[in-house]
Amino acid sequence: MSTMPFAIPRPVHPTGVWSWITTIDHKRIGILYGVTAFILFLTGGMEALLIRAQLVQAEQDLISPEIFNQLFTMHGTTMIFLAVMPLSAAFFNFVVPLQIGARDVAFPRLNAFSFWTFLAGALLLKISWITGGAPNAGWFSYAPLTGITANPGHGIDLWVVSLQVLGVASLAAAFNFIVTIVNMRAPGMSLMRMPMFTWMTLLTAILLVLAFPVITVALIELMFDRTFGMNFFNVAAGAQPILWQHLFWVFGHPEVYILILPAMGIVSDVLPAFSKKPLFGYGTMVVAGVVIAFMGWMVWSHHMFTVGLGPVANSVFTFTTMMIAVPTGIKVFNWLGTIWGGSLNFKTPMLFALGFVGMFIMGGISGVMHAVAASDAQQQDTYFVVAHIHYVLFGGALMGIFAGIYFWFPKMTGKMYNEGLGKVQFWSMLIAQNITFFPMHFTGLDGMPRRIYTYQENMGWEFWSLISTIGSLMLAASMLLFVYNFVNSWRNGEKASGDPWDARTLEWSIASPPPEYNFAVIPEVTDRDEWWEEKQRRRIGVPVPVSGGSGYEPEEHSIHLPQPSYWPIVVSIGLLIAGYGVVYNGVIYNFVLAAAGVLIGMIGVYAWALEPVNDPDPDDEHSSH
Amino acid sequence: MNFSRRPKNIVSLTLLTVFAALMFGCNQSHPQSTFEALGPVAQSQLNLFWIIFAAGALVFVLVEGLMIYAIIKFRRRSDDEMPHQTHGNNTLEITWTVIPAALLILVSIPTIITIFDNTNSPRTPAEGGLVVDAIGHQWWFEFRYPHPVNPDEEIVFANELHIPTGEPINIRLESVDVIHSFWVPKIGGKVDMVPGNGNDMWLQADTPGYLYAQCAEFCGVAHALMRFRVIAEPREDFDAWLLAQAEPAKESADPLIAAGKQIFQQSGCTGCHATDPSSSGRIGPNLTHVASRSTLAGGVFENRDEFDKVNPSLVQANLREWLEDPLNAKPGNIMGMQAAVYTDTNKALSEPDISALVAYLSSLK
Repeated sequence: MSTMPFAIPRPVHPTGVWSWITTIDHKRIGILYGVTAFILFLTGGMEALLIRAQLVQAEQDLISPEIFNQLFTMHGTTMIFLAVMPLSAAFFNFVVPLQIGARDVAFPRLNAFSFWTFLAGALLLKISWITGGAPNAGWFSYAPLTGITANPGHGIDLWVVSLQVLGVASLAAAFNFIVTIVNMRAPGMSLMRMPMFTWMTLLTAILLVLAFPVITVALIELMFDRTFGMNFFNVAAGAQPILWQHLFWVFGHPEVYILILPAMGIVSDVLPAFSKKPLFGYGTMVVAGVVIAFMGWMVWSHHMFTVGLGPVANSVFTFTTMMIAVPTGIKVFNWLGTIWGGSLNFKTPMLFALGFVGMFIMGGISGVMHAVAASDAQQQDTYFVVAHIHYVLFGGALMGIFAGIYFWFPKMTGKMYNEGLGKVQFWSMLIAQNITFFPMHFTGLDGMPRRIYTYQENMGWEFWSLISTIGSLMLAASMLLFVYNFVNSWRNGEKASGDPWDARTLEWSIASPPPEYNFAVIPEVTDRDEWWEEKQRRRIGVPVPVSGGSGYEPEEHSIHLPQPSYWPIVVSIGLLIAGYGVVYNGVIYNFVLAAAGVLIGMIGVYAWALEPVNDPDPDDEHSSH
Repeated sequence: MNFSRRPKNIVSLTLLTVFAALMFGCNQSHPQSTFEALGPVAQSQLNLFWIIFAAGALVFVLVEGLMIYAIIKFRRRSDDEMPHQTHGNNTLEITWTVIPAALLILVSIPTIITIFDNTNSPRTPAEGGLVVDAIGHQWWFEFRYPHPVNPDEEIVFANELHIPTGEPINIRLESVDVIHSFWVPKIGGKVDMVPGNGNDMWLQADTPGYLYAQCAEFCGVAHALMRFRVIAEPREDFDAWLLAQAEPAKESADPLIAAGKQIFQQSGCTGCHATDPSSSGRIGPNLTHVASRSTLAGGVFENRDEFDKVNPSLVQANLREWLEDPLNAKPGNIMGMQAAVYTDTNKALSEPDISALVAYLSSLK
């Protein structure tokens, strides 16, 4: 036993609520991320339904303009930061260590901290609904509409603090995954043998590390403006509000790739598995991903084509934006190359992956249309852009995520989902999203601006707005079907085998769900698609080293895993309290709250640092590890 | 340069018809449609739209077609089949890198030309072109014209932009509070109105018309109600209009109007609203000729009847509704939030006060 003064024994809770609170197992954290993010996704969906209800007809009087503006701000912020990003993080957590043949991530406690801090950030944002008004300046929160004169309520403050806290969570997770992927790959798994999802995770993590500091700076400036009367965005004091837009979109455009690259990774793993073929042009796919991640930094001003940056800047960003379509196109063509000549098995994950490709092409093409700065002046800030982003983020990112959920569901839960319901859910979602989002192209080109809570009868927007609203209700029904299938299959589904899809990567070489230690024996990797090659070697009867876990029962006691810890969640709770206190800094009582939060966080950090590593198991004294 | 050329290409005309049929499925007016370009800027943007739309449609049909073909052709027929394990094909991959890149470079050429054309006014103020200041306020538009006679003065107007047809109009954009965006879809794409960082744009209407326009950058509570109208008219009508605007409204001896004027002056209205055509820099819209405008309260109320004429009885009814409850008509507006007559119950306008104010304001033609 350690003799450290602060040392509190590590928790031992194999089951129950405490086992989840103190867990540092990447698989459990992945499930926590997934379930939490999906619930938050549903809240964002409810916000969207209210928006659609208000827009169902002209001069609708259902939702006040104040609430409407809060709804679209919260919908955007929720879907980006609390739904798509953490849903991707769920897969980073669950899948990446399994794909690279590792027993956990590099920093398991930091991983738990990432999740709990994400939850703290989510609570800080969502709590604004009940503390006197949600943020109301859009997810982009342009200055000076966010200034204290234009926007005196606390909604913006909660938005700022929430994004800062979410940024901490994202950065911690990103560093963790970079280190994990760089350092913890099984022997023989060179970078160019990594599964494509792991590759895209690595790129996403690098983008996160580079992009979040920019928004952090912008948020600090905004916070100082609002709280301490600074003048970063105060026009009256000579500030240029365009500064915010540059900072926001230098972060915001890489953020778009942070949202889409993981989905591209998922699809790049799902298509080969259900085509019985390797990914077409693996090397090109890696390079295309790297180029997208790099060029993602050179296109931000296409969000600002109407700001008045001048014809030279607009021309340059037109050109770079068009060029980023090239590596994106390569990916699409290589996916087609993957299914071409394959033996396509249309299980639900495959349907979603193909749906992703089909919808993403739509979003990609309307994206190139936006790149044309001159005609974009007619489309900027209209429903045409709303259509575009939903084809990319719903038809793209979310379809990819759904492909991933169905694909890895057997691995995560050890159960099979209901295939029939899955297919019904796919088709209903595919049809409903097109009914919802396609008409927005029409209303947008018909001159309907975004973010308006009402419109006149004679504008000609009523018919397609009604269709969009009907589509959104169908989408909601499709989501309910998914929730039913998910919950019911998890509880009552058939038991899944280790490799139900005859898939290709290492996570399928072990049991479903995987044992806590993942791999009884760390596999030796000799090929890309290692598990597939392994199966081929076995089929032709060549004696081969046994890959991890398969048909091999280890002595569990011989594997030492990092043990659970109380401290990650304590630090996150400290951040939550401090964040809430900072928002209400004007009140002395809440300054106390902020100080208390910081104190709790500090205690957590110190206790974490001094926590004994791996208490020796009392009945495992003889272990040689 | 001939700006008014129309797409002559058969393909784009066919697409236009199909697309328009889809969009205009119902028999409605489409006052903000970007498909009906009434001036060279909008036309060049629409031409560009059709070019990129055609390219996009081609790629879309090709790629989705290939995918659907592959889905049908390569479906699994037997669980035992083992497809050839292709790892890639360099020739193919280079092809589908180079062709899209070449296509995009091709599209970027007319794009960049149009970007410059649409930025650089063909007749700048220095070359004698008309220049109008457009100033964004939460949630209305102020317009200032050079005085037709006295070059030191400006004529201040609100929520209705009059322009002569057939000539380029230079517009200087500014904002007094947050970022707004100036957008008249039928004659050109939007340019933002950025506080502390003015923008220039130019527009032109080739035919007379009554055009809808709307703020396109989210600007707060009543963003949806920040609208204005553009009246494009022949040069001589425009000149006559501008001269008329340079004069104050005719005085009236009607006692109710006089009473209304007194209330206007004593209740604090003049703190924000001017009734002198050259008075600028006030918080609220200049009301010198408020009763002659086609809308009230920045496009919230229509003053025109079914004959497209400003109807005095509509003007009076709208003024009454506005004065009785401005926050209901336009949530969050400064008048409703801050004017003493709405915030202090002791100073609230009585029903006779409102009638007198309506009489006075509707006399301001």
